[in-house]
Order: sequence, then C-alpha cells, then structure tokens
Amino acid sequence: MPDTILDVRGLETTFKTPDGIVHAVNGVSFELMEGETLGVVGESGCGKSVTMLSILGLIPSPPGKIVSGSAMFDGRDLLKLSAEELRHIRGAQISMVFQDPMTSLNPVLTVGRQLTEPLMLHLAMTRKQAEERAAELLEMVNIPRAKERLSDYPHQFSGGMRQRVMIAMALSCSPQLLIADEPTTALDVTIQAQITDLVKRLREELGMAIIWITHDLGVVAGLAQRVIVMYGGYIIEEARVNELYANPSHPYTIGLIGSLPRVDETEHKRLFSIEGVPPLLLEKPVHCPFAPRCGWAIERCWNENPTLESIGPEHRVACWVDVKKGTPR
Amino acid sequence: MVNYLVRRLLWLVPVLITVSAVTFIIMRSAPGGPWDTDPERRQVDAATEKSLNAYYGLDKPMWRQFYAYIIGDTNSQTKEWVCGMICGNLGPSYRQRGRTVQDILFAPPEGKNFWQSRFGYSMRLGVLALSMAVFIGIPLGILAALKQNTLIDYTALFIATSGISFPSFVLAIFLIIIFGSWLHWVDIVVDDWTQIKYWFMPMIVLGFGTMAYTARLTRSAMLEVMRQDYVRTARAKGLAERVVIFIHMLKNALIPVITILGPALAGLVTGSFIIETMFSFPGMGRAYVQAIGQRDYSMIMGTTVIYALLVAVANLSVDIIYVFIDPRIRLEE
Repeated sequence: MPDTILDVRGLETTFKTPDGIVHAVNGVSFELMEGETLGVVGESGCGKSVTMLSILGLIPSPPGKIVSGSAMFDGRDLLKLSAEELRHIRGAQISMVFQDPMTSLNPVLTVGRQLTEPLMLHLAMTRKQAEERAAELLEMVNIPRAKERLSDYPHQFSGGMRQRVMIAMALSCSPQLLIADEPTTALDVTIQAQITDLVKRLREELGMAIIWITHDLGVVAGLAQRVIVMYGGYIIEEARVNELYANPSHPYTIGLIGSLPRVDETEHKRLFSIEGVPPLLLEKPVHCPFAPRCGWAIERCWNENPTLESIGPEHRVACWVDVKKGTPR
Repeated sequence: MVNYLVRRLLWLVPVLITVSAVTFIIMRSAPGGPWDTDPERRQVDAATEKSLNAYYGLDKPMWRQFYAYIIGDTNSQTKEWVCGMICGNLGPSYRQRGRTVQDILFAPPEGKNFWQSRFGYSMRLGVLALSMAVFIGIPLGILAALKQNTLIDYTALFIATSGISFPSFVLAIFLIIIFGSWLHWVDIVVDDWTQIKYWFMPMIVLGFGTMAYTARLTRSAMLEVMRQDYVRTARAKGLAERVVIFIHMLKNALIPVITILGPALAGLVTGSFIIETMFSFPGMGRAYVQAIGQRDYSMIMGTTVIYALLVAVANLSVDIIYVFIDPRIRLEE
C-alpha cells in the first residue's frame, strides 16, 4: 500500500470582492497517494484551481484568504508554513503547470533562462550544469534541437511547444507532485492528445503523483485513477475513475457525463446540457448548492446542504437523493 | 538592424529641413527684425540698415535666403562661397557681432572645457533632470505598485499627481521664494555655476514633471504586470520575491516606461527654455529665448535645428533600446 503524500482537510478559502465575501472553497478534503493521478473535475468557477493555488500559497492575498484547513505534505502542514519555507517546496517538491501556455511564460526572458532558474535555485546547479540539464529536459518533452532553442524566446514557440516547456520546467526538479491546472484547455485537440500522452509517459518514467484539473471528463478517463467532482466550492462526488463512469451518483456528475459526446452513439441527438450557471457564492448556502439546477431536488435539498457520505468502496457522494432509485437516502 | 539605422538616420534630413522651413516661415512672419530699435541701444538709421541687410543677404528673396541658410551662398562682399547648414555652419549671429551661432552654442569661454559651453551646460542640466526622473520616478512607481492602496502608495501618487499638475515655472517660483528669499539656502542670482549646490533647484524644477509622469506610468505598468500569468509561474517555481519583482516583473513593466522617455526628453527641452531663463542659467535655452526676443534670426534657426536633432536622436535611441528589452520587437522591414 503506497503512502499518502498529500492530505488536505477542511480547506476553506474566501475572496474579498466589492460585492462581498466570495466563498470559493468550502471545506474541501481529499488525499493523494504516492504516484497516483487524481482528476479534479468541475465547471469554471467551482473552486478547482483555487483549491490547488491555496495549497501552494499562490492565492493573491489580499483579496484571497485561507480561512481554515490543513494540507499535510511530507509531514508538514503547507498552510502553516512561512512564505519562505513554502517557497522551497514550490517548484522543487510540488510544481504546477497552468492553463494558458501563451501567457504563462515570461515574454522577455529566454526559455533557457526560465528553465534554468528552478535548477539553480533548488538543486544548486551552476549555470553551465543547469543549461545542460535544461537541454535534456527539452529533449525529454520532445522539443527538437533542444540545445539551440534554449536561447529562444517564448514567442518563437507554438502553443503546444510552450506547454511542453512548461511541463519540462515543472518537472525539472523531479517533484513528488505535479499539479496540472487545465493544461490542455487552451490547446488544439490534436495537441491536447500529444500533451496527455507526454504526461502519461513522463509519469511512467518519473513516477510523480499528479493532480489533473480539468472540466473535460473525457481527458480524465484516460489519465486518472481517481476522480473528484467539485461544485460551488464543495467536493460533491469522489470515486475511482471506472466506478464514477459506471455508477455516477450525483445529479451533477450524471449531467457532466451526459453532456459528453459518445463515439458509439448511432442516432444523432442534441448533446445534453445542464441548465443554468454555477452559483456565485456570496454566502455559504444552507441548501445543496446544486439544488437550483437539479432535476432530482426534494424538499430536504432546500433545507440542508448534504455532506459527503460513503456509498460504496472508495465512492463518496454528497446528495440527499439516491438517483438510482429516485428515492431519498 | 544596420539597414534600419541607416534608414532612420537618412530620415533625419527631411525632418531637419522641414523643421528649418517651418521655423523660417514663422520667424519671418513675426513682426520686427534684427535691426529694430531697442531703447537701450543706438538707433539704426535707414542707410545703415540697408547696408546691414545687404551684408547679411536679407535683401535677397525669401527662398534664396532659405536656400542660402541650408545649402550656402556666395558672400556679397568677398564673393567667396560660404557653405550653409549642411556643412555645420549655422551662420553669423546678427546680434553678437563676429561670432557664429555654432561658436556661441558650442564653444566654451576662454580656458574652459566643452561642458562649460552653452550646449554643455544645457546637456548637463538635462541629463541631471532626466536621471532624476528615471532614478527616482521608476523606484517610486515600483514601490507604490508593490504597496498598492497603502500610505506609501498614496504618498507616491500625491507626489506624482502634484508633479504633473504643477507647471514647472510655478514650482520654480515657489522654490526660489522658499529656499532663496526665506531660508537663504541658495543665492537667487547665481554667477558661479561651477558650484554644485546651485544646480539642485533647476534640476528639481526641470525634472519634477517628468519624474512624476515616470512614477505614475511605472506604477500602472507594474500593477498590470503583477496580474500576469507568467508572474504566477515565476512564483510557482519558488523564486524569491526579489527575483520575481526585479527580473520577471520589472523587465516587462519598463517597456511602456521606455516608450515615453523620448517624448519626455522633448518635454525637458521645452521646459529648459523657461527654467534656464528663470534661474539665469547659462545654457542654450536661455540663449534661445534671448535670441527670439532680439529677432536674432540665425540664432533662432540654429538653436531650433539643434533641439530638433536632439529630440530625433533621443527617439531613435529609444527605438534601439526597445530591441534590447523586448525580444518580440525586431527592427526590420
């Protein structure tokens, strides 16, 4: 049985806005095993990215604030570490790849400079060693003429190549955990496939754990072992990937899976879509956050916010209704 | 790059000719002339004026005079060819007999070095004012952005806003009254500009507006850059805050700041006319204002051309600096 490398308990993050305090993450708890890949799924604005940025201390503060919770990593609570201590973990033991490769690299610094920075910082390499290693890293992510390209600037790379550079940079110090925040969302479908294949290969080679944030359940299916579904700052369902697809138990998850196009579909139907938009959480809801958009909602859903309950082996769901039977739990 | 430079330098020719032409037309349209009676001087009678006009070629048609200024003409007395502006000859001053304009502007007084010439004095003041704008304005802007919405930010913004709203001549009068009349820290009439203490006031007055503008622009550019994804990437790598600010943010934030340095220099040039006159500073700006008052045609023309050349070269330098700071910019076709 592999060890737990990340154990997040009761994380709450808020943002102060002119309209009031937005409750972006509301008591999120999850854990991650060594070498495991965890998919985090949900619509935009459901708190996926904020959860991960909170763990790494990358929330702009103010307006952001981590209200409570803990995140144990390597025997230490990341949320209690000083900025300086956290800095030595970021990029070294936990690193992150972001959504938009076009804007995530600094336009005025060479790719070489940006790649060598973490190497010289965390691994105390000399410039020369770091440059050699940087070239190897670019080769590892399949960038041709790696050595020459170190002196190029980000605008001389395509979007897919830039994301490869980002991945190379994130993996440069052999982190135990890679957090990928919608790394393929901004890319063409063909490039998306290349990037996911690349990450799969690197996972085999390097053995790091991965948290893959996405709103695309299709990508997660091929990559993750376990999936967390988030809605309105809450985890509403958690299961192993096969179990989740075979047996989705939250109306929102069912909606998400239902809105995926299927290759085996013979008749042409309109794709299913979930009515409405995710809530802007200016107040913590007393009711189930999904109730306004839910077809199964019963009276209890409007009076009490369901908690995450176990309904099977490694399968937890936050819903008052057993959607299979259509009866209250 | 070399191609581009050559092209840009060649462009200076039409620019300078146009500037000369416009100055020439405006100058000649203004009433009065170099021989006009001045209560403090001896009157010039009609016969003398005629011979003076003939000597300086002012009796020739306008186009001929302009051509003579730019290209050159034969001297009416000696019948020798005298080359014009294209040879660097800015012509004889009409008011300071026996001296050419280039001599007045660039030649230092007997026994002094080049920096003691009128041009040298103005350059030194300009460089000091520009340095103040850059070396105080940029740090002030960075500090304000990093401490956004704190007392430091508000103080910096207050300084910057007052610097932009206060005309330099008002500031000059205030400083002269406070530090000259009331506190007696500096003399109001300075005759020895070799002493450093006298340079502070004109430098501050001249540079303050530009400094304020630079600070505001740096602040807003920094605030913009702070929100960029690549700054988050830099932090995610675990870089020290110092590196994030000075390497990842500042290099991007300076791009718009450098853009305004060209126009800022033009602002310093125009500011220098007023400031040099107010402080009786022995520079080119005061000479210019005096020349205008005296209708010293060749002085006006010559000084304008020098100023135009300065601004053009400053703008060209900015475009070249651009290439080094922003790799996305290429100076090509």
